[in-house]
Amino acid sequence: MLQGQQSWLFENKPVIIGSASIGGPFEAQGNLAADFDLLHDDLWLGQDSYEKAEKKLLEQACETAIKKAGVKKEDIQVFLSGDLINQIISSSFTARTLGIPYFGLYGACSSSMEGLTLASLMVDSRFAKLALAATSSHNAASEKQYRYPTEYGAQKPPTAQWTVTGAGAVVVAQQGQGPRVTSATIGRVVDMGLSDPFNMGAAMAPAAVDTLEAHFRDLNVSAADYDLIATGDLGKIGYRIAADLLAKHGIDIPEEKLTDCGMLIYKDTQPVLAGGSGCACAATTTYGHFFKRMRKGELKKILVVATGALLSPMSYQQKETIPCIAHAVAIEM
Amino acid sequence: MSSKKRKKLTPIQQQYQDFAHAREPKRPILRNCFRAFLVGGIISTMGQGLMWFFMTYFNFDEKTAGNPTVAVLIFISILFTSLGFYDHIAQWAGAGTAVPVTGFANTIASAALEHKSEGYVLGVGGNMFKLAGPVIVYGVFSAFAVATVVVIIKMLGGV
Repeated sequence: MLQGQQSWLFENKPVIIGSASIGGPFEAQGNLAADFDLLHDDLWLGQDSYEKAEKKLLEQACETAIKKAGVKKEDIQVFLSGDLINQIISSSFTARTLGIPYFGLYGACSSSMEGLTLASLMVDSRFAKLALAATSSHNAASEKQYRYPTEYGAQKPPTAQWTVTGAGAVVVAQQGQGPRVTSATIGRVVDMGLSDPFNMGAAMAPAAVDTLEAHFRDLNVSAADYDLIATGDLGKIGYRIAADLLAKHGIDIPEEKLTDCGMLIYKDTQPVLAGGSGCACAATTTYGHFFKRMRKGELKKILVVATGALLSPMSYQQKETIPCIAHAVAIEM
Repeated sequence: MSSKKRKKLTPIQQQYQDFAHAREPKRPILRNCFRAFLVGGIISTMGQGLMWFFMTYFNFDEKTAGNPTVAVLIFISILFTSLGFYDHIAQWAGAGTAVPVTGFANTIASAALEHKSEGYVLGVGGNMFKLAGPVIVYGVFSAFAVATVVVIIKMLGGV
């Protein structure tokens, strides 16, 4: 049901009956290694290209989520997925493997919550009994896609971020055991005129703030209603900006409640500059780390605001600024 | 940001960018300069040593010793690129590894490695000069322009 201008309240509270998060070798050395379902020690995953490796990550995430949900893939009516590779081939090729009716999404790094929002909508409205939402990113494949060859020796500034190699997937059902999706807020595209692709945190922070403001206003809730509010991949710099911007807008979120997946996923000793990014950043942290904490009872209600920078390598070369988006999903145990 | 670019922004965008800018760490320019000087200096000293080696132990003079010296440096750079640690050195050294011939070799080798998955013709062949191409294009063009000027001056009986 629509609430306010851009928020949805899911009356039947769709249940996430299965979730999976898969990571790569760099994530295995990170902070949240224990919360992944599967970690690979080979960036290639035994494939002959990074793109194929990413597809494999996504396939494994979907298969693991389906298995953990205890359902058969034939029972799932819709598969929603997005990634960062040109023409979202990781998602479409995974859909080919799964054979589930499919919608391809593109929300850059916000794809995780975009997928979960739409999956919840379909299940809540009874257009699907079971829906699968997934997303993936691969460090080397996105470097190749958006920046320079992986072995190219260019110095990155301290504002740059490290794309997470991994994939996350969830199976959403009408009933069952697991975290429940209660509401979602669809983000607007916000462009503050920043154009530096090595400073995505600062570009995306206003989008996260805009969506958070809309969520609180539309659903008439506040930070007090959540145990944790996590942004997707703002990194250290974007987090600082977003936190200060929220305060400036008069939205009070205690700092211990506000966190960022890009800051949680890696250790401080890892050379990730401002932090993690990529579709898999919010996906693996939410579906792995946060859900584990929810199952343990440490968290009851969380709000995940996945942020995405909607640029392309071409738009950047043509001197366009970076439009950004953020989608928020509220999940309770 | 240039003032021209800034003019296109709305007041709200300008205000936000100032707000964000105050919270961004600056590039450590002084540290980067020092590291670039150190690493670039080491590479150049190595080159000088190699030149001396080729002149002392082989039949090269000061003019011809440059070729085998560059070849050895390019080989080392490509080897480090292929083994996957050139980019880590470069993140530390910045311009120190980018400016000498080693940086040029790295651009070609890294692009070739990256696109091997698309085949030897369209992948490696088509993309090898993706990063090095502009250097060659404008290098050749500026050499041509300078040479033209020199020829004209000589024809006019100049210096």
